[in-house]
Amino acid sequence: MKIGVVTFPGTLDDRDAARAVRLAGGEVVKLWHADADLHKVDAVVLPGGFSFGDYLRCGAIAAQAPVMESIIDAANGGLPVLGICNGFQVLVESHLLPGGLIRNEHQHFVCRDQKLIVENVDTAWTNGFKLGQEITIPLKNGEGGYIADDETLRRLEGDGLITFRYSEVNPNGSVNNIAGLRNERGNVVGLMPHPEHAVEPGFGPDTPLAMRSGVDGLTFFISVLNQVVNS
Amino acid sequence: MPKIIVEVMPKADLLDPAGKAVASALQRRGNDEITNVRIGKRIELHYESTPTDKDIEAAKQIAADFLSNGVIEDVVSVTVEN
Repeated sequence: MKIGVVTFPGTLDDRDAARAVRLAGGEVVKLWHADADLHKVDAVVLPGGFSFGDYLRCGAIAAQAPVMESIIDAANGGLPVLGICNGFQVLVESHLLPGGLIRNEHQHFVCRDQKLIVENVDTAWTNGFKLGQEITIPLKNGEGGYIADDETLRRLEGDGLITFRYSEVNPNGSVNNIAGLRNERGNVVGLMPHPEHAVEPGFGPDTPLAMRSGVDGLTFFISVLNQVVNS
Repeated sequence: MPKIIVEVMPKADLLDPAGKAVASALQRRGNDEITNVRIGKRIELHYESTPTDKDIEAAKQIAADFLSNGVIEDVVSVTVEN
């Protein structure tokens, strides 16, 4: 199973995302922003960090990159796509997911191990979770405040498109505690926190069992591999 | 040089952290008469010759589709400057 990991100018977490794919048992294909060829991958990860200086708005210029034209087409055809942090912002700016992300309400960059509630498991990237499961993965962003107009929010809530909500702490002022979304088909998922940083014991968030032993993020990547195998 | 000027502002009912930071700095400077600050963007599109109606229409489209995100921002003006 080949999972493409995109690198934009400014991407930081492409290597961690690639490592997460490998740990889950997938084969990594590096995708470059200027190359529209998706090299026959079975799924795509848009990793976090920054892109094109995030001029204009976070993710806005990346959304116009040649690779995104192909990814938007493929996503509309059902290709699984996961956008993490800046990747989520790219998905929003590409109109694959609705709404917008603005500077954190408290105006500070935030970096913490964040508890999330899994609100939807009918997606390519969350089918390995249990509905309502609480997971902990790192969050690190300055512009992670999710907003949308009231009509969009009603649709997101009504159609069950909210995939993750912040638990205990809303770290950035996101409306309705929204941490992540899916599209109608369930192949596209975007979230602000970073599953790729919680995939290997010794390097993840602390758990009651042991320091840095949290690997809740690995389930994202196992989920997509299972989905691709079963489809 | 002929230009089309696009001005984009954060939506009125949304938090504008940059404006808020500047407003509190102005308070510290003693400019108590200023009650609020909002910061937007001015984007200049340059042309070889005076923009045609078609250019202006295209610029309005670009302003709506790409230079702004309608969820968080408003395009407040698109004007020609020769």
